[in-house]
Amino acid sequence: MALMNVNPTRMEMSRLKERLKTAVRGHKLLKDKRDEMMRRFVVLVRENARLRAEVEKALSAALADFSLCSGIMEPEMLEEAVLYPVRTVNIAVGQANIMSVNVPKISVDEESLGEIVLSYGLVQTSSQLDGAIAGLANVLPQMLRLAEIEKTCNLLADEIEKTRRRVNALEYVMIPDLNETIRFIAMKLDENERGALTRLMKVKDMIAARDQA
Amino acid sequence: MHKVAAVGSRDTVLAFRALGLEVVPAETAAEASRAVFNLAQAGCAVIFITEDMAAQIGETMERYRTAPLPAIIPIPGATGSDGSGMKRVRANVEKAIGADILFREEG
Repeated sequence: MALMNVNPTRMEMSRLKERLKTAVRGHKLLKDKRDEMMRRFVVLVRENARLRAEVEKALSAALADFSLCSGIMEPEMLEEAVLYPVRTVNIAVGQANIMSVNVPKISVDEESLGEIVLSYGLVQTSSQLDGAIAGLANVLPQMLRLAEIEKTCNLLADEIEKTRRRVNALEYVMIPDLNETIRFIAMKLDENERGALTRLMKVKDMIAARDQA
Repeated sequence: MHKVAAVGSRDTVLAFRALGLEVVPAETAAEASRAVFNLAQAGCAVIFITEDMAAQIGETMERYRTAPLPAIIPIPGATGSDGSGMKRVRANVEKAIGADILFREEG
């Protein structure tokens, strides 16, 4: 470890001791933060993986149905059928705070997810379209939940990485450096003191010798 | 109130229009990237994007990754999932924990 470039004085030493105290406390706090974030993250990411698997399965099926319809129906007809939806999905986004990470909290407007009303007449459209759209409508709440959780996991993962780096920097660089520098200053001061003492004794001896002569 | 949007190839995202999502068809990476940017500016909170498009606009995805909003979520297209969405989840785990501890038994 590298010694810091400081003057070996008492003043400097007490300053460094203060810094060491802060660093140790910060290290403990950050370590606790990291551990708790880890714990929450593991729970969330498990849910994320499960939800994603579900959504991907359901969505692939629904979209496959839909592309089947687009094979059966005229493209213009299909486009016309879905052109003017009877509802829009509105969501309210709040904020939640997980260990001082701000994560979005998505709540869906119940009204916009209610009973699906078809936006097209039944004459020109294939009946498979109804099924495909109903299937999609069923996955949508899950998709929105997935969006919330996945974003949360993203943000948490970032923050955990940052915190971990900080913890490691404190543990393996900052604190050892400070300890070593403090030790160095203490040694230096002791050495000076011993030097001064021997010098005094020597001078005293010399004076005694001169007085005798 | 925030909106929900979908970006991707025309055939895939058209279906979402019927559900009331904001839909922007995009066939090329540049179009998709611009669509995502515009939607984010317009205050969309959640943007679903097809996996193939998501793979092409990594830079744009990266840009919004650290912001709380919008959440850009890759979804499988009509041809099924290519696993890149799950890969993102795994990457998160690896980043946060340092090792892939959740999916080891499967992979």
